[in-house]
Formats: sequence, structure tokens, C-alpha cells
Amino acid sequence: MSHIKDVTGGTPIVLESLWKTYANFVAVSGIDLSVGAGRFCTVLGPSGSGKTTTLMMIAGFVAPTRGRILVSGRDIAALPPQKRNLGVVFQNYALFPHLTVFDNVAFPLIMRRVPQAEIAQRVERMLETVELAGLGGRYPRELSGGQQQRVALARALVFEPRVLLMDEPLGALDKKLRSSLQIELKALQRRLDVTVIYVTHDQEEALTMADQIVVMQGGRIEQNGTPEDLYDRPATAFVAGFMGDTNLVRGVVMAADKDGTLRIDHPTGRRIIARASGFQAGDHVAASLRPECLSIESPDGPEEPENAWDGRIAAVTYLGDAIRYHVAVGENRPTLAETLVVKAARRGTEHRRFSEGDAVRVRWSRSDARVLPPTRADARILPPMQAGGH
Amino acid sequence: MALDVDGQATVRVSEAAAERPPVRKALPGGQLWLLLPALAFLAIFFAYPLFDVVLRSFRDGQGGFTVQNYEAFFSRAIYIRVLLLTIEIAFLTTVFSLIVGYPLAYVLANSGPTVRSFMMLCVMLPFMTSILVRTYGWMVILRPNGVINTVFAGLGLGEIQLIYNRSGLMIGMVYTMLPYMVLTLYSVMRGIDGRFVAVAQSLGAGRWSAFWRIYFPLSMPGVAGGSLLVFILAAGFYITPRLMGGDRDQMLASIIAYQVDVLLNFNFASAIAVILLVITLACFGLYARVVGLKQLLSSKV
Repeated sequence: MSHIKDVTGGTPIVLESLWKTYANFVAVSGIDLSVGAGRFCTVLGPSGSGKTTTLMMIAGFVAPTRGRILVSGRDIAALPPQKRNLGVVFQNYALFPHLTVFDNVAFPLIMRRVPQAEIAQRVERMLETVELAGLGGRYPRELSGGQQQRVALARALVFEPRVLLMDEPLGALDKKLRSSLQIELKALQRRLDVTVIYVTHDQEEALTMADQIVVMQGGRIEQNGTPEDLYDRPATAFVAGFMGDTNLVRGVVMAADKDGTLRIDHPTGRRIIARASGFQAGDHVAASLRPECLSIESPDGPEEPENAWDGRIAAVTYLGDAIRYHVAVGENRPTLAETLVVKAARRGTEHRRFSEGDAVRVRWSRSDARVLPPTRADARILPPMQAGGH
Repeated sequence: MALDVDGQATVRVSEAAAERPPVRKALPGGQLWLLLPALAFLAIFFAYPLFDVVLRSFRDGQGGFTVQNYEAFFSRAIYIRVLLLTIEIAFLTTVFSLIVGYPLAYVLANSGPTVRSFMMLCVMLPFMTSILVRTYGWMVILRPNGVINTVFAGLGLGEIQLIYNRSGLMIGMVYTMLPYMVLTLYSVMRGIDGRFVAVAQSLGAGRWSAFWRIYFPLSMPGVAGGSLLVFILAAGFYITPRLMGGDRDQMLASIIAYQVDVLLNFNFASAIAVILLVITLACFGLYARVVGLKQLLSSKV
């Protein structure tokens, strides 16, 4: 198996119109994706978005219905998993319970008929890299969750694969451990210069580690870009809702001026003035209003100025460094679906805190409202407003 | 078709049992009295008779203590020969059951729900028929003018002796023991996470390596448990060797029956029964040493 040993470092990976269809269900519908050598690409999406199916197709456990998977320019779509030379880390680690940590990590080397002495050397070095030196004699059940995760990582990296595929590898760990492992994982990926495709449903995790984020929804790629692209310039309301907290206010474009000024009417009869190109009167759109971009004040005067909606505080959450207000702006009952979430930074102690039931006015500037089509693929019906992403 | 209904119900029950065991909570001490009926039953109909058998095996005709029953057993070549034969037949039955049962259990554990239900029914069906009926069924098939030899004769092949000898005995024994082997293996195999094999493949193992290095070791508790069960059951088997084996294939159980039924020598029969029991316990001990009893009781990986 010498043909797979000579490559070190990352390698580009390209998916070309990759499909996976089942009898009456399309799991992945013709996605195109290119990940550069040594890049950390996170595939983000809700469950059922096709992200894991895509990963399993790259790994070779699911046969694509159509399409190509190019690793270093070579199509591997027809190869069995054991010939692909890709490291895979599963969510539950799948460490072999009957083998010690050492034997688990040595497994891929034994399969590649690496000489005994070299195996010992490489396994020890790998265990040192993931900070598990000295634990080689233990069995997986004797390790903590974080340690098991490191063993899985060591096992997937010890044979120096060109690409590392990870399926929610930190999903089972608690938040604190997860965030420290995220940073370690990223540093390790940089050091070993390996291309990573990392599937997760946790947008915070994606923002922390990725060079490139792919948001999937309904078997399609909703948006593909840098973390900054996705957070600051989401292409669709779905992406905006998925990347961090946002208020998605659905409405219909009533007028579109030549200079890009839009007048959007909300079902409650309220209005949003925003600037965006590419829309025309009659389009169904969603305006994304980030909670931190909204300001909250006492309502002055009977008239609502532009981009200011009056409402009542439905709930107040103290976040320490900030205060989150849920402001009911609906004409009807103040249900959460008609609530704007405002995140107000605390400015010292003099900051006026509103309390539940207070009448308030929520304001934002034209440039803070980002007008988006509901989703890329099809006009999926979104609820009128979605507070807090997920 | 009451049989079918019964059959399916049994299949379902056994499948449910094969799923991952639920988290067990310790019974609150106050509910232990619920065990009393079962304990009383076991005490009267199992523990006391067993104790009595052990006592009788050390009794002479007048009721005094003696070891002459054991001396009689171990001093006569015929009994030693039957003892060794019993072990040999039980061992061979175990080996053949494993060879036939392992691939069967593998397919059963790794196939879709429809195929699995059908196969499970086929495996369980013999359990729902009287062992006598099944054994006579085999005799009809295997006897000199039975189905197989009739077909052979029709094809111009000579008659082969398939029954009342060692081959007849093995066919009957393996057939009878197979469900025990398959169900034990199946319950362990169902607990093996399919991702282990997938991961092994992603790490460079071919199908064969992934099986031998990962799947097979993980199924070992099932192999050991099934083999133990079959060996113990086979060592004490009576009906099948009696009806399908030859005169030279009679096992310890036949000798016990002969001592009880014909010679009315209860004390000597008890001694042989105790020897059989000791063999069984020795197997358990070996298993506990090698695999651990906890594995046998929980049958999960």
C-alpha cells in the first residue's frame, strides 16, 4: 500500500454535482463544493439537511447516486472506504472497545503493514501530539470523554491522511471542554496541515474553527463562504437565522425605488425601510435585524418615526454583560412569534433598565436591516418572525 | 394457524430482549418479597431434589455413607468410555453448531427487518414443536428407506446409513442445539455498533480484516456463551442420542436412565448425575475465568 504513504499535508477536495437520492427522498441534491488544501471547512446545517450524508459519501460509506468526489484531482467516488485514505472521526468516537489505546491508534498502521518498530514510534509520537502520552495501555472505557475524543483523533491522523472528516466530534462533550478542544483541534489542524471537513449543527463551533463555512439546508448548499461572509453578509434568511441570533421579520416589498430603498410591509401593518438591490415590489422577503443592532428607548410622541416600532416588554433576561429584552410588537396577543429580541449592552450602572410590561420603542437604522430572500433553493415559508435563530 | 400467531409473538419477544438492555434500577428492598413464590418453587423443586441427589450419591444400600458409587463408576472401563464419549459428542455438537450458527446469526443480526423476522421465525419454529415429533421427523427423513435414501436410490446412488450411528446422532444434536447457539450469538451481535466495522474500513481495513480484527473479537462473548450453553445441554441430552444414535453412541444420560428405569439403582444413578453436574460446573468455571460471568449474564459488548 505504498501508493498512499507518499503524500503529506493537506490536499484540495472538490465535490461536483453530488447527488444522493433514495426511493422517495432526496438527501443531497447536486451540491458543488471546493475546499482548498489545508483548509478547515465546516459544514453547518440542521438535522436532515444532508450534511452527514455528504460526509458519509466522501468517506465512502454511502454511495453517491451521481456526481464526482475529487481528492487531489482524482475521482474517488467509486473506491471502497479502505482505499480512500481519509481519516474519519465519528460523533461517538467508535473506539474499538476490545483494544487498548495503543492498539486503537496502531490499527491503521497495522492495516498498512508498517513495520512493528515504526508503528511503536509513530503511535507514541501521535499520542504525545494529542497529549495522551503514557495512556497507551488503557482501554477506551477507562478514559474520560475528552480523552476518548483525542484517541479517536490520534487514530484518524496517525497514518497521515490527506483529508480528515469529522462528524460532530465534540457533540457529546460539555460546553467548557468543547470550547477548549475546539481551539486545540484548530491548532493541530494548522500544525499537521491537513484538509478538514467538519460537520456540525453548532454555529458557534463553526465560527470558532472554520476557514470556510458551508450552510446546508434541504440537501442543498444555502451559502458557502468565510465566517465573516456568513455572519455579516448572509445570502438568505435561513443563513441569517442559523448564524447567530437574529430577528427575522417577514414581509412583502411594497415599493422599490431606483436608488435601492425598499418599503417592506409587515402583516401587523408596520413598515420597514431598508436599502437593498435586486428586489422588486411584490417579493416576499425577510429582514434580518441583529439583536445587538437594535436600540430600545421610551416611546416619545404618538407618531412612530421611520424604523421604530412601539411595543411592550414581554420578558427581560439579564446576561451579565448585556440585557436581553423580548419586546412584543404584535397588535394582537404578545406571543413569542411576534416578538423582537433586543440585546442592549450595559453601559455602567446608569443604564436604564426596563421591566416587564413597560411600553418601549425599538429602533434601528436603515443599514442595520438586511433584506434577504427566504431561502436560496425554494421559497420555503418561514414563520413571520423568528427570534433567536434556533 | 395458531402456531403462526404464537410464532410471531415469540419472535417479537426475543427480539425485544435482544435490544440494548434498559438501564436497570436496583429493586427497592421493600419489593423483594415479590420474589418469594419463585424462590419457594425453586427451593422445593430444584434445590431440595438436587441436594437429595448429591446425598444419595454418597449412600450405600443400607443408607450409610460411602464413596463406592463413585469407585464403581471410575473403576469400570465402560463408564469411563461413556464419560469420554459424552464429552466428545458434546464438544463436536458445539463445534458444528458454531460453524453452522455463526454465519446464520451474522446474517440475522445484519439484515433488514423483514428478512430478520422471517429468519427468526425459521430459527424459532423448532422450539414450538415437541422434540419427540421433531426427532421422529428426522428419522423419517434419514432412515434406510426414508426420503434421502429414496432420492439417492432414484439417482442410482447407493444407500447410505444416516441414522442409528454417529452421523445420525450429530445431525439430530446439531439441529436441536442450533437455536440456542444462534439466539445467543444474535443477541451479542445485535449489540455490536455497526460503526466499528465502518471505522475499521475507513482506517484501511478490508472487509475480511475488519471482520477478523474487530467484529469477531467483539462477538466473542456470544461465541463463548453459546458454546457453553450448547455444550452443557448436549452433555446431558437423552432423547436424541437414544432415538437417533447407534448402540455405541449412548451417553451418560442413557446410563442414568437405565440405572433408574431398569436396575432401580438410584444411588449409582445419582452419582453419575453428580459427575455430569461437576462437568457442567467446570465449564462454567472455565468460562468465568476466560470471559467473565458478567458477560454471560448481560450478553452485551
